[in-house]
Amino acid sequence: MLHIKCPHCGMRSQNEFSYGGDATVKRPELNKEVTDQDWNNFVYNRKSLRGKHLELWQHLSGCRQWIKVERDTATHEIFRTLKANEDNS
Amino acid sequence: MDQSYRLSDVGLINRDKKLSFKFNGKTYYGYEGDTLASALIANGVHLIGRSFKYHRPRGFFGAGVDEPYAIVQLYRNGETEPNIKATEQELFEGLEATSVNCWPSVNFDIGAINNFFKMFLPAGFYYKTFMWPKSFWYKVYEPFIRKAAGLGVASTKHDKERYEHKYEYCDLLIAGSGPSGLASAYAAAKNGARVILAEDKARHGGTLLTSDANIGNQSGKEWADGIISELKEMPNVVVKNRSQVFGYYDHNMLVMSERISDHLPQTKKYHPKQRLWYIRAKEVLISSGSIERPIVFGNNDTPGVMLSSAAKEYLKVYGVLVGRNPLIFTNNDSGYETAIEFKKKGVEPIILDTRKDPQSEVVDEAKNLGINIKFSYVVVAAQGYKKVKSADIAKISDDKEQLGTVENIKCDCICVSGFWTPTIHLASQSGNKTKFNEDIDAFVPGTSKQNETTLGAANGTYTLEETLKSSFETGHELSKKITNNNNEISFPNVVEKKSTTHDKFWCVPLPEGKNYKRFLDFQNDVAVSDVEIALKEGYRSIEHVKRYTTLGMATDQGKTSNLNGLQLVSNIENKVVPNVGHTTFRPPYTPVSIGAIVGREVGKHSKPTRKSPMHSWHEKNNAVFVDAGVWLRPRYYKQGNENLFEGSKREAKNVRTNVGVCDVTTLGKIDIKGPDAAELLNRVYTNAWLKLPVGKARYGVMLREDGIVMDDGTTTRISENHYHMTTTTAQAANVLSHLEYYLQLVWPELNVNVVSTTEQWAGAAVAGPKSRDLLQKLFPNSDVSNEGLPFMGYMEGDLFGVKARIFRISFSGELAYEVNVESDNGNFMWKKIMEVGQQFKIQPYGTEALSTLRIEMGHVAGSELDGRTIPYDNSLEGLLSKKKDFIGKRSLTREAFVAEDRQKVVGVVPLDKKTSIPEGSHLVKDSNAPLPNPKLGYISASCWSVEHDNPFSLAILKDGKNMIGEKLFVMSPVKNKVIPVEIVSSHYVDPKGERVRS
Repeated sequence: MLHIKCPHCGMRSQNEFSYGGDATVKRPELNKEVTDQDWNNFVYNRKSLRGKHLELWQHLSGCRQWIKVERDTATHEIFRTLKANEDNS
Repeated sequence: MDQSYRLSDVGLINRDKKLSFKFNGKTYYGYEGDTLASALIANGVHLIGRSFKYHRPRGFFGAGVDEPYAIVQLYRNGETEPNIKATEQELFEGLEATSVNCWPSVNFDIGAINNFFKMFLPAGFYYKTFMWPKSFWYKVYEPFIRKAAGLGVASTKHDKERYEHKYEYCDLLIAGSGPSGLASAYAAAKNGARVILAEDKARHGGTLLTSDANIGNQSGKEWADGIISELKEMPNVVVKNRSQVFGYYDHNMLVMSERISDHLPQTKKYHPKQRLWYIRAKEVLISSGSIERPIVFGNNDTPGVMLSSAAKEYLKVYGVLVGRNPLIFTNNDSGYETAIEFKKKGVEPIILDTRKDPQSEVVDEAKNLGINIKFSYVVVAAQGYKKVKSADIAKISDDKEQLGTVENIKCDCICVSGFWTPTIHLASQSGNKTKFNEDIDAFVPGTSKQNETTLGAANGTYTLEETLKSSFETGHELSKKITNNNNEISFPNVVEKKSTTHDKFWCVPLPEGKNYKRFLDFQNDVAVSDVEIALKEGYRSIEHVKRYTTLGMATDQGKTSNLNGLQLVSNIENKVVPNVGHTTFRPPYTPVSIGAIVGREVGKHSKPTRKSPMHSWHEKNNAVFVDAGVWLRPRYYKQGNENLFEGSKREAKNVRTNVGVCDVTTLGKIDIKGPDAAELLNRVYTNAWLKLPVGKARYGVMLREDGIVMDDGTTTRISENHYHMTTTTAQAANVLSHLEYYLQLVWPELNVNVVSTTEQWAGAAVAGPKSRDLLQKLFPNSDVSNEGLPFMGYMEGDLFGVKARIFRISFSGELAYEVNVESDNGNFMWKKIMEVGQQFKIQPYGTEALSTLRIEMGHVAGSELDGRTIPYDNSLEGLLSKKKDFIGKRSLTREAFVAEDRQKVVGVVPLDKKTSIPEGSHLVKDSNAPLPNPKLGYISASCWSVEHDNPFSLAILKDGKNMIGEKLFVMSPVKNKVIPVEIVSSHYVDPKGERVRS
């Protein structure tokens, strides 16, 4: 079971969190033209990366904040965690 | 004779407490501190079971977790448990155990006939033989195999015992309390680290309990006892015995099972039987020791053949002789230590050493004691069926290929030592990249992936002095890193006899003309010949060889067989062992009871049960409950002998004619506040929300980004920047997360807060033509007329002194209201509604009537909004705003979603107006069409329409829009029904929706 550092609450066990997918996916803006391909990519297409991956988790049974977790998908090493509004770079 | 193999002057058992126990119906005696195995051996019992495949007699091979044979069915306090290792089960008064895998008895087992047909039962036998005919598998082959090859019977009764879970954090978790565990724990504890020291066995000390060495002028055991009692006094240390760390998971989380009551005749009051610990450790020290390796020779599975270390443990810990005429077969000095212990107790052992001329202090001591030692000798085969009677031995050439003349010598046990295999299971589970150590012919931990260090014999360090030194240092270094303390402790003086190197000999060749079975895996009857077959048939990967031959599988997971299996594969393949590699070590290290894994989450506690504040009233009024997600809701209120069908029909009818009240507390409720609340709703829901006035409710549908309907419900504008959203019972948690996702990540610029208020409000739906009359009586000071509180209106009211929210919304299609009060007042509200409602013939109604009412009205709910349908499918396309964007809108233009013949919700009525339609049935054009009959749609919900007094169903039907009036068939192969039906509008009652507005 992973041990995730919530930027708001500190180190917590994985069972307090729920996984939310790729954190680098950006929703197209509202009321803007989106091509079929772009929309398709946004809704369905995800890379299944081996290695470093920036992903979303929600601290469901804690502060309920969505956070960003940089994790190695092969080794589960967690490099850093960020608040929702913190820059990925 | 009672305990005739027990010695009077040695052992750690409590001779003041004699215990009686039964094995296979016969009564025996042992002492407190015995295991079932040691007590049986003390009584000369060596036949304990039958082997898995050939039903060959089985005795004891080890003295602990590595035991492959001695598995029994245990009876304790009216319960029975299979798969218990006799070598681990501690004796208690009244213990009863029986053999497994034998019929009719362990002494005469019909299955042993397999032994004579073993040429027909080679590796892969099941795969090759039971393939044909296919229909035989379930009826003939499988039951036969299951009966023939079981390892005990699971109880079918409810387990009365209690099991607990515990979460713990520590600086250092130390797995194993042998010399390395004790030393590292002591050093770390003295340095102020929070330490958990876990020992699988009842006694701490590991090999110190049987070793001759001295530490600091004390015996190993005295030193261990001293360290343990000191550790137990320290507040920063938890010392646990009978506790197996069996799994090493990610981020240094380990799981340990503590057997609290298994060694007692019955569990003490308020005690659990077992406790599962989830431990998050900053550092893990693995001090799990090593397991002695067998040497492979003919008939090496005969009862009486056992590990030499086990023989020593039975002698020194339990005061039990495994034989009076022991033969020691060894390739290293460890066998000598066992022989020396025998000799000291007046037993004359014979040592067969595969080595030509070993020189060491240990060998010298054996020589000085006058023990009969034969160098360059091997055991060719054990003789005897149910117990070793003699051994065929022979001299072996220096190249270990040629056997000399075979002689037969009498013996009653053969104690084997093929050197030691480090227990690297935990390290390997942690992701450690193990490496092969040529010196000891075994894998040892290599590069760590997590914060773990392996010490002592588990790391291939076999001298006590080196083990203690490195363990003191490691315990000190790691704790210093964590606590920043630097308390050095002095290292004790160690006196031990020096050993010399072992002989890399592991398998005795077959003598000319003999075809003895030479077993590698004792639990699964895997012999050398089976692995040879697997390789001949083309299996190369060790993982495939394992699965094809079952080498290293089952409850002992090859603790004694793995390395010899690898040796064989590498010999045949002409590879070195490290290139063959080992199979993956997976948790659990030893079997864990299902009870411990489940913990307290059994029966009613398998999930939380949520109850509304009015629950006790429902109970008192004969409600029959149903699970709705995690909630318990009244399904109907039983009157007299009514069944569900009659009761729900009565309740629904009463709503249509008078007035009913339904507990709707379970609906999800979300409080939404902030200046941008309307904007959020406008983006989340498909319809327009910016112009909803204060005091008005609106029905809304929300989609996922892929265009599928996620949830529906009403949201009410309580004040300028304050909204009250309702969700379905099932989706409440998901909708809240959904809103939080968009607010925190996608549109953080929106100034809105959301919070769940599901538990804060108790809700009652008051529905029926007389509901307004009732409301007026309940709220005499409020104007609840059609003008004062129109359809989809909202107001606050005073319910006999209690503040209430009144929503004029309807799920039943009748004139209806929903009244909410703070949860604490829920019961008060409910009782007032029932009391005042008497004059209007009010009746409570449950979820079944609720469903009936919504189905015949054509209101979609969870069975239609099932995660596969879009708004059009549910006839909700009128709620899709064309003027604004919303979540999921872009997806609705997908080709399949706009197809001409897109599925749509319709009503279904049986032509005979009598036959009820099973939910989940399929709709087809022609009931006699050849299979597969094209499916046009499916029945999503069924009821008995109380308005029309005939069955009515909703269905999602292909091209539903153009199918009204069509005659189709409903088919349910499960219920074996074919029903001719007519497709009608989904709005079966009040299609214009006049009643809700009346």
